[in-house]
Amino acid sequence: MDELLLIEAVERYLKGEMSAQEKAFFEDIRKNNPAVDQMVVEHTFLYHELDKQSNIKAYKHALFEVETKLAEEGIISQKQLNGKAKVVFLWKKYKRSIAVAASIAVLVSLFTTGLIISYNNRTKQTEINRLKREIIEDTRRELGKFKAAQPAAPKQVIPENPKFGGTGFLIDGRGYVVTNAHVIERMKNIYVENNKGEYFRASLVGTDLNSDLAVLKISDTAFKTMPNLPYSIKKSNAELGEQIFTLGYPRNEIVYGQGYVSAKSGDQGDSTAYQLSVSVNPGNSGGPVLNKNGEIIGIITSKNMTADGVVFAAKSKNVFRLLEAVKKDGDTAIIKVPATTSLKGLEREQQVKKVEDYVFMVVGN
Amino acid sequence: MSNYQQENELLKGLAVNDKQVIEAIYRDNYPMVQAFILNNNGNSDEARDIFQETMIVLYEKAITEGFELNCQLKTYIYSVCRRLWLKRLQQLQRYSSLVENVEDSVPVEEDIEKHEKHNNDFLLMESALNKIGEPCKSLLDAYYIQKKNMQEIAAEFGYTNADNAKTQKYKCLLRLKKLFFAQYKNGQ
Repeated sequence: MDELLLIEAVERYLKGEMSAQEKAFFEDIRKNNPAVDQMVVEHTFLYHELDKQSNIKAYKHALFEVETKLAEEGIISQKQLNGKAKVVFLWKKYKRSIAVAASIAVLVSLFTTGLIISYNNRTKQTEINRLKREIIEDTRRELGKFKAAQPAAPKQVIPENPKFGGTGFLIDGRGYVVTNAHVIERMKNIYVENNKGEYFRASLVGTDLNSDLAVLKISDTAFKTMPNLPYSIKKSNAELGEQIFTLGYPRNEIVYGQGYVSAKSGDQGDSTAYQLSVSVNPGNSGGPVLNKNGEIIGIITSKNMTADGVVFAAKSKNVFRLLEAVKKDGDTAIIKVPATTSLKGLEREQQVKKVEDYVFMVVGN
Repeated sequence: MSNYQQENELLKGLAVNDKQVIEAIYRDNYPMVQAFILNNNGNSDEARDIFQETMIVLYEKAITEGFELNCQLKTYIYSVCRRLWLKRLQQLQRYSSLVENVEDSVPVEEDIEKHEKHNNDFLLMESALNKIGEPCKSLLDAYYIQKKNMQEIAAEFGYTNADNAKTQKYKCLLRLKKLFFAQYKNGQ
């Protein structure tokens, strides 16, 4: 459909100007054509933003008028301080900054003096430091090899010809991993691999085919409990337009992607899923979808191959439902899901650095 | 309790842009906020800014569906101002410990976070509207922001009829959409 015609249709649709017949026809097109649906979602968002813009502007205008009136009445003071009072005022205002600046100046001058005096010694010292660090690193590397080789050797190291799997992430530091049900279906042996290339054997705890989720337990003795997961799992729904990012293993290396929530329901109105606009590939399945605060809002499940950037993700609250079901089956200890995020307010690079250790590649044969 | 109800009514007025309500809230609360900011390294212009922003937070809260204020309006306003001012001080790097009044405060972080997100979207849209160029900017502004009708706009912009103006408007909207989403995807 011509985009110009479509945009007109969307506007009339949103304003409720369509006749019932027209509306049914339009909704039908929308249902059968994901590209059109995607556009409708985007336009809706744009109209909302424009509408908000309009309202806030009108409101700010009203605020300004009230302010002007009250300023004339003297309720809002606008007197400018001048003369001596101003100096005192500025001094009061900045005295802490000045104090800090002065102490920094003193420190810097002391430091430079010290630096000049000890210049010769210093250069030698740094050389020695460096040498030392290399040795330590070498031994650590040796140790690492030793450690990795020891426990793994008698059991298993690498799964035999793994068919490619997907992505999973820890929800409990004791080794419980969430991934997609379709990732592990038809796998006899399940393994997870962390970003350091270490493999661990895992077993299936439970699945929920409705939301396409599965919980695994890392059963390998080589796996060490990882306390303090950096992210939390969100119980409530994400907002339309919320910025998100995801990590996954579409290749042998972990890959980052970012985008936004483009609809609150998934394929054909599936209310257990979101529609996202983010670039993902086979192998991303089961990967966590995080918002900017580091709360997991969903799990990547599928992608519409015919439309660009239409991705579906199971809502995170399904995880809780699955865990509840698993608990009823007995024989698993209660899984503790992290409730607080330590990623809030961090730069994205830092967030990713903290999260990547907890995201695994899921493979099997 | 009736006091709370009264205040909730007041906020409903805020949601529909009632100037008398705005004025009443200013009269009741501005002196307190101004005193607080002047006592804490600020000047009267900054007090004005902070109060304005607080009024916007309040507005955003008031237009949310099912919203209800569950503390005194005065307490809420004080808490938001206090939070906003602390943030501002941090940004300006004016080191300061707050001189607190006796007023109670309630947690408002969530509301302020929401407000910052809204504000961010608002700025994105504004910058997209500014980048789009004339006559698109005025055209979209007239229709979507000032909510004039198409006949008026056609006359004002010199289109031969409302339909022509409409087609032009949709073309402009498409351009705006591209600009807006390009920025939206890039930046946070």
